[in-house]
Amino acid sequence: MLQPPTLPTDYTVKQGHIKTSTGKTIRTEEMIINMGPQHPSTHGVLRLEIVVDGEIIVDCIPHIGYLHRCFEKHCEHMTNYQQVIPYADRMDYCSAMTNEWAFALAAERLLKIEVPERVEYIRVIMAELQRIASHLIAVGTYGIDSGAFTPFLYTFIDREKILDLFEMTCGARLLYNYIWIGGLSHDLPPKFMEQAKDFIRYFRPRLKMLNDLLSYNEIFVKRTANVGVLPKDVAINYAVSGPQLRGSGVNWDLRRDDPYSIYHKLEWEPQVGKGEMGTVGDCWDRHIVRMHEMEQCLNIIEQALAGLPEGNVKAAIPKRIRPEKDAEIYIRTESSRGELGFYIVSDGTASPFRVKARGPAFVNLSVLPEIAKGGMIADLVLIAGSIDIVLGEVDR
Amino acid sequence: MEFIQTLLANELVVSILLSLLPLIFIIAYALVVLYTEMKVAAHIQDRVAYMRTGWHGLLQPIADMLKLLQKEDIIPDKADKLLFRLAPIIAFVGTYAAYAVLPFSSIYIGSNINLGAFFLVAVGSLVVVGILMAGWASNNKWSLFGGVRSAAQMISYEIPTAIAIIIVVMITGSLNLQDVTKFQDGGIGNWVVFGGPLPWSQKLMLMPFTIITFFILFVSSIAEVNRTPFDLPEAESELVQGFNTEYSGMRFAMFYLSEYANLFTVSAVGVALFLGGWSSPFGTFMSGPVWGIFWFVAKSYVFVLIQIWVRWTLPRLRVDQLMYVSWKVLTPWLFACLLSVGLILVL
Repeated sequence: MLQPPTLPTDYTVKQGHIKTSTGKTIRTEEMIINMGPQHPSTHGVLRLEIVVDGEIIVDCIPHIGYLHRCFEKHCEHMTNYQQVIPYADRMDYCSAMTNEWAFALAAERLLKIEVPERVEYIRVIMAELQRIASHLIAVGTYGIDSGAFTPFLYTFIDREKILDLFEMTCGARLLYNYIWIGGLSHDLPPKFMEQAKDFIRYFRPRLKMLNDLLSYNEIFVKRTANVGVLPKDVAINYAVSGPQLRGSGVNWDLRRDDPYSIYHKLEWEPQVGKGEMGTVGDCWDRHIVRMHEMEQCLNIIEQALAGLPEGNVKAAIPKRIRPEKDAEIYIRTESSRGELGFYIVSDGTASPFRVKARGPAFVNLSVLPEIAKGGMIADLVLIAGSIDIVLGEVDR
Repeated sequence: MEFIQTLLANELVVSILLSLLPLIFIIAYALVVLYTEMKVAAHIQDRVAYMRTGWHGLLQPIADMLKLLQKEDIIPDKADKLLFRLAPIIAFVGTYAAYAVLPFSSIYIGSNINLGAFFLVAVGSLVVVGILMAGWASNNKWSLFGGVRSAAQMISYEIPTAIAIIIVVMITGSLNLQDVTKFQDGGIGNWVVFGGPLPWSQKLMLMPFTIITFFILFVSSIAEVNRTPFDLPEAESELVQGFNTEYSGMRFAMFYLSEYANLFTVSAVGVALFLGGWSSPFGTFMSGPVWGIFWFVAKSYVFVLIQIWVRWTLPRLRVDQLMYVSWKVLTPWLFACLLSVGLILVL
């Protein structure tokens, strides 16, 4: 008969004794429980091993690697840098455009390619649309984590409109292979401008409705305010980035502080958590930062659509990709989850020697044991949801 | 009831037949409310559900029932087999027994005992035992969590329910549910939620307190049946399915059936105590023994619909917030109402 696997922790449960009024003693013990790889609430295959004392969490040990697909090893065996783009898509599958863009940027700097202006503008539009789509998933599933099933369907209706825009441009809804090294695979179709402007007009009141339904709901506020507080210094020490860092009050956004592409020409504000409903850096702050960020994305898209120049999107796509020998580069971009970085080392051949992906979800997840201690199991679900992980990026 | 007794001489057979009537009602009603819940949920979420089996999915509940009936009966290896098998039965018995004292009509009540309301509260606790057994016997830490949370929740919310019932008893003077309903006969102005058939000065003073009491009874009855926003024991997002996790097939159907039957029970109790039970809101128009059944079921169904509506709108309360609401918010308010109603009635 199969023996159940023993937990690979070196944690011994604390035992205690309670004396009852009749003089007997009841033995108490902490319980190790698995929020296993299959769970409706860990967003993907994440195993959280929790040590609980009743309902209070004493320790939480995340076990990852259930979705490891050897992305970095695959890159070394591609015949071409361009062939890595579909693999980069599949890392963070909820936010594929930003993945492709980060890798394409890294390769373009390595090869010293200048892309046309039109390509930059379209890339910004696509990335910001993708950011809205990714935040919609985050907000919708956060509602389900807290028990409100309806906002999920409302956010997915809005997301369908964005996916229609993507499908119109490159034919795919989730994994695009659109942003190539040196340009794009397709130009914007003629109806894109009109439909994108329709979407912006449609989405602004929907954001307000989502806020009324979920963010400012009394029960939701009670569940998320003052829960999972991530102080500023802890966040910086753990190298978290993205909405999680901004939710803790740190005003840091790579699009403004380490600008790439044409972001310095556009006017928008990074959103920072202010502790409106509780402490600065609680789950509610991270949630509302995402909601406000979606609105800022709409502003960026409007400006980019207005200033879109003419040009050929395929003009700079190189026919042969042959970087210099022993060249290496690290590029970081602001993806929907935080600082997504690619470190490429080339050995002069057409395929990279080594690619390292710095996934923001991986780094953001590392802070989970720190902020979940002392809370309840119900809080752990909400804290993990507010970090907004995608296991594809955590495990690569 | 008497004429059925004249048809069949054997009293035992008569009482068995009469006690099967609520069971037929529960099963028929469960199919209806299952369909309603799915359709209402779907329309709230801006989608349609159930369009293929039958016209707009009307046959779907029957299909669901048939599916559950033919499923394999899986019992986990290390589960406590006797308790595992017994738990859904006890949970259902707790719900079903409450139907004995619900006044469906002026001529039909299962058992016209003088302790109707007291019996309801007592028998409702059996459901807690059933759920605890399910959580423990499943040999699954998540089910244990669900069972223990549910026990704590249901026990704490029985206090507001009982105090709300006491307030009604103070106004109507009887625990017998049939008498309480007869007391409210004669039109919408006589309902207890508007103060009962008392002189106008007393009614005006009583009305705010009875309305608050009715609202609190409704909230604590949602907690009694483990519905969102109080559905932590079966919190799908956290505990996989709570105490239900290891149950499949007919046993799961029993829990499901008892949850829907509970929905109706608590709505029916609220209706019988506060909203006039089987009496028509128009006084004598549309009243009578058969109309009584219609009014009773219709009024309870409105509150079932409200419970479904609330479930798909609000998020879920955490377990300590649940306890906080019960002990520190509902109970003190109810004690204040109790005191005020008592004072008003005495003066």
